[in-house]
Amino acid sequence: MRWMWVDRFLALKKGAYAKAIKNVTLAEEHLHDYSPYYPMMPAPLMIESMAQTGGVLAGYSDDFRHEVILAKIEEATFGDPVVPGDQVTIEARLLESREEGSRVGCRCSVDGREVASATIMFANLDRSKIGLAPEGNFVFTEELVQLLRVSEAAEAETP
Amino acid sequence: MPDREEILSKVTASLVDALGVSEDEVSPEASLTEDLGAESIDFLDIVFRLEKAFGIKIPRGDLFPENLLSSPEYVKDGKLTDGGLTVLRVKMPYADLSQFTENPVVSELGRLFTVGMIVNYVADKLGSQAA
Repeated sequence: MRWMWVDRFLALKKGAYAKAIKNVTLAEEHLHDYSPYYPMMPAPLMIESMAQTGGVLAGYSDDFRHEVILAKIEEATFGDPVVPGDQVTIEARLLESREEGSRVGCRCSVDGREVASATIMFANLDRSKIGLAPEGNFVFTEELVQLLRVSEAAEAETP
Repeated sequence: MPDREEILSKVTASLVDALGVSEDEVSPEASLTEDLGAESIDFLDIVFRLEKAFGIKIPRGDLFPENLLSSPEYVKDGKLTDGGLTVLRVKMPYADLSQFTENPVVSELGRLFTVGMIVNYVADKLGSQAA
């Protein structure tokens, strides 16, 4: 299974904002594993969707110079369950950023209704310090970069 | 410029939010790691919160120095050498080293990162900004 919890990026503004979507389908087996007889998107995977959206924003804002690692979830709230057929819109805003890491505020919504939110801290790791070649990419794999190309995410005005 | 008590109050609030501890656990003598359970990522969180709370910029390594003991000559038999202590004084000017220098065991270095050290740093930073 590919560990991609974002289907498409709709907006990506360096240093500011990202918006992506995740479509939830009945065909996703983990929904049934998590909640038999009432399949729903697991809360931890909603966190992962927010982390991937926010992580791409943080990495892109840093010109992908570091590996961006989810380091701390400061707070997270969850509302109504997210069920098959829902399209989750994930928005991330870069709250603070330094060379060592960043803080991102994230929000998930379905049809404009907030269903989850989280404030996530990311740590920036030097590739050389974790045994990777300078041009190597552990977090921002070709798969993730391809997702951005396919999405043709464009600079968008921060709402 | 806020006085030391005001600075301590704001530092306490920042640490309560960053570390999820209660206010009464945060005393000037409390060690961030040993008493308040801070981990490495928490140090970045603390820096973010202090910058916001006090409107200051904290350059990397200023408050929480990195690579403290970068040379093997600074440590011998698990204790800092005189050379190591000299480097420590330079890199951690806001820490209270008086007790540590009596028995400078490397494993006790974490105890130097205290709430009081943060207060000293912020007070100095605000003072130099006002000057």
